[in-house]
Amino acid sequence: MSAYPKEYRNPLKKARGLGSAQHGVSHWWVQRVTAIALVGLGIWLVTLVLRMLHADYATARALVARPWNAVLLIAFVVTAFWHAVLGLQVVIEDYVHTRWKEATLLMAIKFIAVLATLAGVLAVLRIALGA
Amino acid sequence: MAEFTLPKNSKIQSGKHYPAKGAKKPRTFKVYRWSPDDDQNPRIDTYEVDMATCGPMVLDALLKIKNEIDPTLTLRRSCREGICGSCAMNIDGTNTLACTKAIDDCASGDVKIYPLPHMPVVKDLVPDLTHFYAQYASIKPWIRTQSPAPARERLQSPEDRKQLDGYYECILCACCSTSCPSYWWNGDRYLGPAILLQAYRWIADSRDEDTGGRLDDLEDPFKLYRCHTIMNCARTCPKGLNPAKAIAEIKKLMVERRS
Repeated sequence: MSAYPKEYRNPLKKARGLGSAQHGVSHWWVQRVTAIALVGLGIWLVTLVLRMLHADYATARALVARPWNAVLLIAFVVTAFWHAVLGLQVVIEDYVHTRWKEATLLMAIKFIAVLATLAGVLAVLRIALGA
Repeated sequence: MAEFTLPKNSKIQSGKHYPAKGAKKPRTFKVYRWSPDDDQNPRIDTYEVDMATCGPMVLDALLKIKNEIDPTLTLRRSCREGICGSCAMNIDGTNTLACTKAIDDCASGDVKIYPLPHMPVVKDLVPDLTHFYAQYASIKPWIRTQSPAPARERLQSPEDRKQLDGYYECILCACCSTSCPSYWWNGDRYLGPAILLQAYRWIADSRDEDTGGRLDDLEDPFKLYRCHTIMNCARTCPKGLNPAKAIAEIKKLMVERRS
């Protein structure tokens, strides 16, 4: 009695699969570049939040409205969600092996990240431009 | 989803106990047993072996069990000196070669012996490495050249030869690949540390003329980039090699050739 169903295909057929996708290096590289950027932006964000800690609403708003703070905040929002999407994509590809669930989740995280990024950027712009 | 529990027919049950009668220095070995021939679940058999009449390595104990206690125990072995890679198995919680693992180096108490993790089992301690070998064949692990063959050997400087150190020693025992969680979850497409180390062995070879082609074949989210530098491969390699470093070198070359 054999433990496995009889296999007629050569093992090499399975190992070679659909061949090389000829990409993957950009994903890997951008994940690292955004990680390095987030180290700097993250430390800066902590200092900004510390400065807001005991400030009243008007002072905090004025702090965000300063041009450099607004620019760096937008940079942080974009970089953080970009990095998060790349990381989550890897986790989903690693562990979710049902094709339709995988595709749905991969699309969902991208939609959510784009909407959240746009919302974050809009929030900063409204304060910075004094809406 | 990835499966985190064993299917019902793979759940391990307790097996037979073989006591050592009149042994001067008994040591207990707990060995994974499964046969495709009897519709039964895998079990752990317990063997007591007299260390007074047994060699120092785990392979010595396994062969003593097979020769003197239970001839049905099935395992692969050949060279008994760490160069063939046949007796790779999970001993005392780590993938290693039974022939180079000293019994005294195992944690005190019972010595637990399982087949290489997350591979289909042929029988007892023998895993099915068909896919692993096919993945090795898929990287075309031989010299690929464009230039006409010289009349004599293709020469290499001592410095270029040094580039192969740490890679040519790989014996393809599969300890590293089967210790890698990424290979467990995605081994159908991820090449795994052993095969990627072998791929780098040819990329690093000064005589090979198809470096670009080799990198083309590897640039893939699954074949190469499932490596998340978990480093189990480097920790477990019984030859003391570092497959993770080979993979890192491949990733560096991937970036280098684009900028």
